[in-house]
Amino acid sequence: MNQATKLKKADLIIGLPRALLYFKYHQLWEVFFKELGFKILVSPETNRQILKDGVNLAVDESCLPVKIFLGHVNYLKDKADYIFLPRIVSLNKKEELCTKFMGLYDNVNNTFDGKINILEYNIDFHFFQKNQARTFFEVGMKLVSNPLKVWLAYRKALKIYDNEHLKLIQEQEQRLKQKNNKLKILIVAHPYVIHDGLIGSPISKFLLKENVEIFYADLVESLPARKKAEEISSDMYWTYNKEFLGAIAQYAKKINGIIYIAAFPCGPDALSIELYQKKFPQIPSMNLTLDELQSEAGLMTRLESFVDILNLRKKKNAKTK
Amino acid sequence: MPKQNNNKFKACFPHMGNYHVAFKSIAKLLDCEIITPPPISKKTIELGCKYSPEFVCIPFKYNLGNYIEALEKGANVIVQAGGGCRFGFYGEVQKEILKSLGYKFEFFKLNNSFNPFVIAKEFQKFNRRATIPFLLRGFALAFCQALAIEKIEDYVRKNIGFEKKEGEMEKLFNSFLMELDKINNFTQIYKTYNKFKINFHKIKTKKPKKPIRVGLVGELYVVMEPFSNFEIEKKLGKKGVEIHRFTTVSNIITSFLFSRKHVKRLMSDAKPYLKYHIGGHGLESVANAHKLARQGFDGLIHVKPFGCMPEINAMTALHRISQDYQFPIVYFSFDSLTSESGVATRLEAFYDMLIMKRKKYAKNQRIHGGGHRLHFHQSRSH
Repeated sequence: MNQATKLKKADLIIGLPRALLYFKYHQLWEVFFKELGFKILVSPETNRQILKDGVNLAVDESCLPVKIFLGHVNYLKDKADYIFLPRIVSLNKKEELCTKFMGLYDNVNNTFDGKINILEYNIDFHFFQKNQARTFFEVGMKLVSNPLKVWLAYRKALKIYDNEHLKLIQEQEQRLKQKNNKLKILIVAHPYVIHDGLIGSPISKFLLKENVEIFYADLVESLPARKKAEEISSDMYWTYNKEFLGAIAQYAKKINGIIYIAAFPCGPDALSIELYQKKFPQIPSMNLTLDELQSEAGLMTRLESFVDILNLRKKKNAKTK
Repeated sequence: MPKQNNNKFKACFPHMGNYHVAFKSIAKLLDCEIITPPPISKKTIELGCKYSPEFVCIPFKYNLGNYIEALEKGANVIVQAGGGCRFGFYGEVQKEILKSLGYKFEFFKLNNSFNPFVIAKEFQKFNRRATIPFLLRGFALAFCQALAIEKIEDYVRKNIGFEKKEGEMEKLFNSFLMELDKINNFTQIYKTYNKFKINFHKIKTKKPKKPIRVGLVGELYVVMEPFSNFEIEKKLGKKGVEIHRFTTVSNIITSFLFSRKHVKRLMSDAKPYLKYHIGGHGLESVANAHKLARQGFDGLIHVKPFGCMPEINAMTALHRISQDYQFPIVYFSFDSLTSESGVATRLEAFYDMLIMKRKKYAKNQRIHGGGHRLHFHQSRSH
């Protein structure tokens, strides 16, 4: 990485791969760089070509989201000067993220033989007390020399991100309160799986078409959800999976069913989904595993039958009442 | 002290290589009867797979199989350590699975916290005499046993391929384990270790001056449990290869205790290939691979359970090391469906390739007086 050659600001293009944590933090990233005065380039929605490139580049046992991420980086590598990616070990005390985020920088760097410029931010709160604000400040200072400007840009980006996130959560909670005849299903999946254009969104689109009200487990307020999760499970230490567990506990009595979606072979999900199902056996649930060889027809058949079963069950319950 | 067993509890623990001797010493601290699970077999993994989540990594399945077999034998306390990548979360899920199968037991976790008071309190639930000095002695004893096993194992790994009369070392090693199993104090461990060390050195070997040297790196469970890696070490060792391995239990414990220093040293070893710690034992794998490549080893074996993310991160760096140093690396990934003959075939091909590389190098040296680039790498540095 040639940080020494600071290019002129107007010329710099920062590439944001539309994969992994982009779906969670995109407002934060986009506003931050726009405020600093850089052009940003976001890769397009995942398509077959990007997936194919990613599969060719990645170690064949990597999980699907990492393969897609590498495909997006491959798309951006000639078009952007820097590729922005997160390297996150832990966001909170005594918590960690999946190890793919821990090794993301080195994974990408080694896959492209160290030939691309990567702009990474490194959050490691549990071990080195590096929190989000500090790391964004470091990233900003690599690009511009005015610390005040960096700080203000970060504050503004954070505010917008928080507001948007809160709005989505509130909107979802309002939808939950609405009384209508629709089936209510909670989708427990990482945002980079369910919101991805190629692998996840066909599922949510199909469910919407089937006249189902869907709720996402990643749209919860983080702190209360994690606290609730700690009451249920003493040992779980993956931040996002803890949020899911809290969300399931929060929604448990108000929904008709849960769909667990995991990408193959997701490490944390393999264990956590087993735990969710053991802790909440009373809710009807379905377990979907996505990989790059998935046929859409098979998936839709399974979803359709699950929705049918839930509908029948709902009718039966209404009758007995 | 008269030994009084707390009859209510019967403790068991998972297997890992030959470490059951040391694990037993830790389980003994609970002051109850100890049930060693039967050695890992095909049945263990079948049981484990049947009740595990589908794509969880293979150590989970082996551990679960061990527990089921031990519970069937009458155990009712399970002892497990924590820490690492997914390992810290194994316990809770396994507990839920076993409970839903209808077993009644207590789960004893040596959890991620290293606070001696917390650990002592946990032990005191089972054993009233478990004070901190008592526990420290127990852990130190287990550590010494592990160390003794490792030292002897290391000698065996490096020499088993060259013994004059086949099978001698294995026999001696088994009797060493049997003897170590009975021992309960430090001086006797030391004495037994010394006795067997001399005995091992007495075994006649025909080692060439420059034997083929191969390193073994990877995820810790698969590296250390020979059943799970289809005895790669033994298979390759018997062909006449000196095998070096760095992942051992004592190594892992010391690296935990001196974590920052350890990581710093590894980072400098892995330098151009890694910038950050990549989780699990990935950093160790890359650092050791880089070191061995520079030391002029003939090759490297990398093993991991299927889908092990830290090792996948490491593999991207290993590919580069392999290219930059012309350093042969073979990758094995183990799952419950991996076939033994497939592994054996690939291992054989790898061995043949190493021999061919040696011959080619020797020829080059005769013609040119040393290979242009290989020369540096082949020079031995100790």
